[in-house]
Amino acid sequence: MIRLALALVTSAMLAAAPALAQNVLTIGVRSEAATLDPHWTQLSADLQVQEHIFEHLVDLDSASQPVPGLAVSWAPLSDTLWEFKLREGVTWHDGTPFTADDVIFSFDRLAAGIAGAPASPAFTLAKGGKVWTRVDDLTVHITTNGPYPTVAEDLAMVPIVARHAAEGVTPSVDFNSGKAAIGTGPFMFEEFSPGNRVSVVKNPGWWGGDPGWDRVVFRPVGQDAARLAALLNGDVDLIDYPPTVDLPQIEANPNFRVSTIPSDRLIYVILSYRHQEAYIKDAAGNTIFPNPIRDWRVRRAMSLGIDRAAIRDRIMGGASEPTRNIVPPGFFGYVDELQPDAYDPDEAKRLLAAAGYPDGFSITFQGPNDRYINDARIIEAIAQMWTRIGIRTEVDTMPRNIYFSELIRGAPETFPGFDMPKFSVALTGWGTVAGEATYTVSGTLETYNAATGGGNGNFGRYSNVYVDALSIRAKQTIDRDARLALLKEATRIGMEDYAYIPIHFQVNKWAMRAGLEHSPRTNERTLAWEVRRVQ
Amino acid sequence: MIEFIIRRVAQAMLVLFVMTLLVFFGVHVIGNPVYIFASSECTRECLDEIMANLGLDLPIWQQYLMFLGNLAEGDLGKSFTFGVPAMSLIWERFPATLELATASLAIAVAVGLPLGLYAGMRPDSLVSRAIMGFSMLGFSVPIFWIGLIFILTFSVRLGWLPSVGRGQTVQVFGVPVSVLTRDGLAHLVMPAFTLSLIMMSMVIRLTRAGMREVLHADYIRFARASGVRERRVIGLHAMKNILIPVVTVLGMEFASVIAFAVVTESIFSWPGVGKMLIDAIAVLDRPLIVAYLIFVVVMFVTINLCVDILYSLLDPRVRVGGGGP
Repeated sequence: MIRLALALVTSAMLAAAPALAQNVLTIGVRSEAATLDPHWTQLSADLQVQEHIFEHLVDLDSASQPVPGLAVSWAPLSDTLWEFKLREGVTWHDGTPFTADDVIFSFDRLAAGIAGAPASPAFTLAKGGKVWTRVDDLTVHITTNGPYPTVAEDLAMVPIVARHAAEGVTPSVDFNSGKAAIGTGPFMFEEFSPGNRVSVVKNPGWWGGDPGWDRVVFRPVGQDAARLAALLNGDVDLIDYPPTVDLPQIEANPNFRVSTIPSDRLIYVILSYRHQEAYIKDAAGNTIFPNPIRDWRVRRAMSLGIDRAAIRDRIMGGASEPTRNIVPPGFFGYVDELQPDAYDPDEAKRLLAAAGYPDGFSITFQGPNDRYINDARIIEAIAQMWTRIGIRTEVDTMPRNIYFSELIRGAPETFPGFDMPKFSVALTGWGTVAGEATYTVSGTLETYNAATGGGNGNFGRYSNVYVDALSIRAKQTIDRDARLALLKEATRIGMEDYAYIPIHFQVNKWAMRAGLEHSPRTNERTLAWEVRRVQ
Repeated sequence: MIEFIIRRVAQAMLVLFVMTLLVFFGVHVIGNPVYIFASSECTRECLDEIMANLGLDLPIWQQYLMFLGNLAEGDLGKSFTFGVPAMSLIWERFPATLELATASLAIAVAVGLPLGLYAGMRPDSLVSRAIMGFSMLGFSVPIFWIGLIFILTFSVRLGWLPSVGRGQTVQVFGVPVSVLTRDGLAHLVMPAFTLSLIMMSMVIRLTRAGMREVLHADYIRFARASGVRERRVIGLHAMKNILIPVVTVLGMEFASVIAFAVVTESIFSWPGVGKMLIDAIAVLDRPLIVAYLIFVVVMFVTINLCVDILYSLLDPRVRVGGGGP
């Protein structure tokens, strides 16, 4: 027995001897990837690992602007017909050539529906009534049911899987085993060990050249302090979401570096526009009619009453960018003239008095406590600031699994098909995934319409015909300059009207050991080929 | 004995049924997982489609009946997040948790028992007081904090031990085991020790109390008077009686350590079932939550049964009375 144990120990030690010549990057990530099936969910934790293996027709650069991926070019042939030219000479990890058949197969797989998938990108693919046809091996045509400008941006969300490897397989399971995890990307499947590690190895035949690492290992370390410790003791080379309180120490330490980029995630306060709001009350505890939030002066007062610089400096460790825009700088649709409101409590009090609330009123401010960076602390800080200008604010934070159900469809429907969110004033976030403002304007500012999908993120049910007109036109305008003008105007009107109150863009940070250089991305993903070794 | 086991199993079935009812409806009340998975661009139509795909569009009682039907066939459903059968996920991760729990149980007994014996035999010495003080700390200081302090000391400052995940494993009868490799052991030491602290403190206190009581018992005096060697008096006659409460408590404690090693597992990113449960709750992965809790109930019942059987080996009185009046 002892001899057996000894034999096991020795053999295991031999197996454990590291291959020193290998060039390995170990990344400590906050959330683990649950599947390698790129059509299963749209959670960033899953997508960032999958993107090492699978690619899209259209890639996004670090500012989330569309650039050629598996398609080398695309152009509208008419208002409703787009032509995508595929890259020549690309092969799958097993050597099979990549063709238009794979693209059609991937789209068909999504359109047919994937049994049990909680959130496939099928919805994005179906937007605009897209229909796809193969023209030849390297050409795909996409037709839409009307003028639809963001075909390329949508396809940047749709991963391409291999027809010969993924046809007829069990979704998720066969990808996790590696059987169907055959992509065109810079790295190839090596190991998927849930909860412990996912590793990929270099694809020597990648069309994009040398990705820089022989092997990349993702290790999930959910606890902030533990993730930082893993970086400090060298267990991992790079971590995402370093804890904000520790940022100054890491930045001051010569053995470590921090990379930074503003994220596309806007943190903002939604305001609800029903005539009476359950959580907005007068001093006697009765709901106020009409809802004070419907008065522009009250909304402006609430915005002026927030000290965004204090939130940035004292809560976010400097890692936020106060804003009055809805997409970050560099994105299609950013409006230069919209500058963040300066903190002005006196003006806020004056506006409240002018609106007829010299003694203020009471609200309950709700929000998640485990979704956005420092969310609960931001809510508490804003509550104190509002109380100072006379809006007595109670705080109610909750885990995200409760919060989002109540935010999206929490109140009973007043008539069928008309969802109502529960909250009156709540903190939430919106990520502009496609690098351009069309769906941020349409989603958060347009009047809610379940049939067209307009305003599906407009949780406060703000409604402004001018914004609607501009937004609906923008969604049908192919010409980029004309669309940009429409989007900017819609954003300007909505934000000057305080449809909701933007607080800041989160700033993405990564911490890594000295000797590494990372070009960060707006969409929060950590991609190994964007990490380089420096001397 | 067989009647006893059958009764236990019947009880367990009832507990299981009530538990599935509570969990199923409880999770339903918390919220709807679709809102967590769906992207922000997802419209009402798209949300409804996902709900239909996951079977969440049916009325809750109908979902429950379907679940019971599948359960009868041994199918606990597929995890929403992973898309694989929930039970296979649990089995995949269970060895890691079992290994961690077993290691910490071993540490608790190996360290706790001698310390407790010493403290029981010399209750007034300075060393004994130090031991009792330590056991007090083990109970009262939060595991979370201890784990972080260990990481700071042994891996960040001293650089002796790794702090993330499980080390190299080898297959023993098809089960991945990490205690047999050096790398695996290095990864195991800190989490196992952290997890063992509460059990260790309990062992120390129980052993000490038992020792103090037993030393004054007649049969010990008699054994000493008849010239039995002190070693044998303590090691055999006293020990047998001390062990009964220790085994009872450890049995129960061991089950809860396996079931809820959540904190330790998340600090050390140990790929066990506890961490999986927390992640599952965060995204309301209902099949996984229910499957796990069913698993835990079954495990508790089994361990309690084992403890009862172990009793009868340690204490002949239980054996004699086993048939019962």
